[in-house]
Amino acid sequence: MAKRLDLKDVDIYYGKFHAVAGVTLSVPPRSITAFIGPSGCGKSTVLRTLNRMHEVIPGATVDGQVLLDGEDIYATSVDPVSVRRTIGMVFQRPNPFPTMSIRDNVVAGLKLMGVSDKKKLDELAERSLRGANLWNEVKDRLDKPGGGISGGQQQRLCIARAIAVQPDVLLMDEPCSALDPISTLAIEDLMSELKKEYTIVIVTHNMQQAARVSDQTGFFNLRATGEPGKLVEIDDTEKMFSKPSEKATEDYISGRFG
Amino acid sequence: MNDPAVSGTSTGTGLTSAGRGLPDEPNVPEAGAKVPESPQPPAGNTTGTATFTQRGDKIFKAMAVGSGGFIVFLIGAIGLFLLIQALPPLLSNQVNFLTSREFQVSDPADLRFGILDLLLVTIEVSLFALVLAMPTALGIALFLTQYAPPRFARPLAYIVDLLAAVPSIVYGLWGLLVLAPAIAPLAVWLQSNLGFIFVFAEGTAKAEFGSTLFTAGIVLAVMILPIITAITREVFSQTPRTLIEGALALGATRLEVIRYAVFPFGKSGYISASMLGLGRALGETIALTIIVAAVAANFAGSLFSGGASFASKIALAANEFSNPTLTGAYIAAGLMLFVLTFAVNALARTIIARSGAQA
Repeated sequence: MAKRLDLKDVDIYYGKFHAVAGVTLSVPPRSITAFIGPSGCGKSTVLRTLNRMHEVIPGATVDGQVLLDGEDIYATSVDPVSVRRTIGMVFQRPNPFPTMSIRDNVVAGLKLMGVSDKKKLDELAERSLRGANLWNEVKDRLDKPGGGISGGQQQRLCIARAIAVQPDVLLMDEPCSALDPISTLAIEDLMSELKKEYTIVIVTHNMQQAARVSDQTGFFNLRATGEPGKLVEIDDTEKMFSKPSEKATEDYISGRFG
Repeated sequence: MNDPAVSGTSTGTGLTSAGRGLPDEPNVPEAGAKVPESPQPPAGNTTGTATFTQRGDKIFKAMAVGSGGFIVFLIGAIGLFLLIQALPPLLSNQVNFLTSREFQVSDPADLRFGILDLLLVTIEVSLFALVLAMPTALGIALFLTQYAPPRFARPLAYIVDLLAAVPSIVYGLWGLLVLAPAIAPLAVWLQSNLGFIFVFAEGTAKAEFGSTLFTAGIVLAVMILPIITAITREVFSQTPRTLIEGALALGATRLEVIRYAVFPFGKSGYISASMLGLGRALGETIALTIIVAAVAANFAGSLFSGGASFASKIALAANEFSNPTLTGAYIAAGLMLFVLTFAVNALARTIIARSGAQA
């Protein structure tokens, strides 16, 4: 189930623009890795290369290796669609399919994988909704459209949708930035539970959030606009927030960022 | 004992806040002074801008209300005109206007006119055009928004839009002189192999000559294609990026992205676009007038028939509008077309409203 991710010398481009340079890092299984850094430093871009979502933008390319338990997901024989089926993703803004019912939203990924047995789908829908701490709130209105619940509930619905297919890795791109503090807390609690089964990588602008939920933290930065973003350092979260090895990290974390 | 303690703490807090207030004191009177001040000098300014905005607002409102009212008035006036002109001949009509297939108006003393044939022809040829145009437009719109690389998509969309710029008389001539002979083999084949279905049965015109509703329907389909395609393409291209990425991140293929994100988002727009196309097909005149053969026999449902729609019937008789009674009979037919188009538009609105509520 949960697998490890290794990035080796990953360079990411938008057309000719060199967005991120030379990222090498490891994400151990059953843990939460947080990416922090200023806007435009490429942390979301790195996240989107991990399930080959980066390349859906015209002209976007990736160099280097991204290994999922040792297998390169960018090998020529690998179909990006199958990568996305094993590496789930939750986005910044909740994006359930608005006209689809809550149940159909949850099982959408399963249906894409060819599961059609209704009983099994219902079972998995319940399990995923329970896994996303949403079951009790929506169990009486599973047939109502997914766009009709609150933003926090929608985001948990998206998490349920992502974990329904039991992915090897779960990527989260600022999953709480559009949510209120209570919904944020609900999702942070959920993450700590999910890491028992899944490998999680999260991008966040909220350093307290990174400090609260993650096991290791990577700090990205860029020297100037127009230059590629770089991974400054990655280490245990505790160490990163107490005595990081790089001065840039310390400046950023302590708010002396210029 | 409790009370004084509580009041003690409260005075304590009061004191601290007062103490805290001390350094702020210069600010407090300033803020206090600001309060009465602020209505004064800005007040003069505000009233100045307010009257200006209000006048501009009033003029703009009058224009907006006027334009809105004018369109309602216009529609009402057209309806009233049709009704007033149509009433006298309707009253002296010798047959039932809605159920008769006759259209004899040459003798003002013995008017016999009904619209059943016109109605059936109009609806059948328009629906046939819609059946052909809807899937084609959907395919083109999906191709342009989801598959074609951007640098091809734009010129291609432009070409589709150009179809709308071709005058309908040109479509009529093309249909009669080019399309009809070209599709004659297909028409004959359909009639001999699928003749058991009533729309392909033997009709009142010869399939191989092509002056049929079949040919006219295909021409109509080409004519309404651009409007359906343009609107559908526009709606599809507005599918939120987050929805598309949501589907992609679940491991959806391109077709599945369309099924899960693009089509559900654009469905109501597609339907309303089709209804607009249908409205256009219902009222199309000149192409039908040129292509479809005039026949005396009643319409029996086959596409391989001659006949006339509301609009082409009126157009064909236009040079005989000599006396008001005769003209009024055709105007009555025009009134029915007006009502029919109105109903189709209302239906489109209902569909949009309902699917809008769902989304």
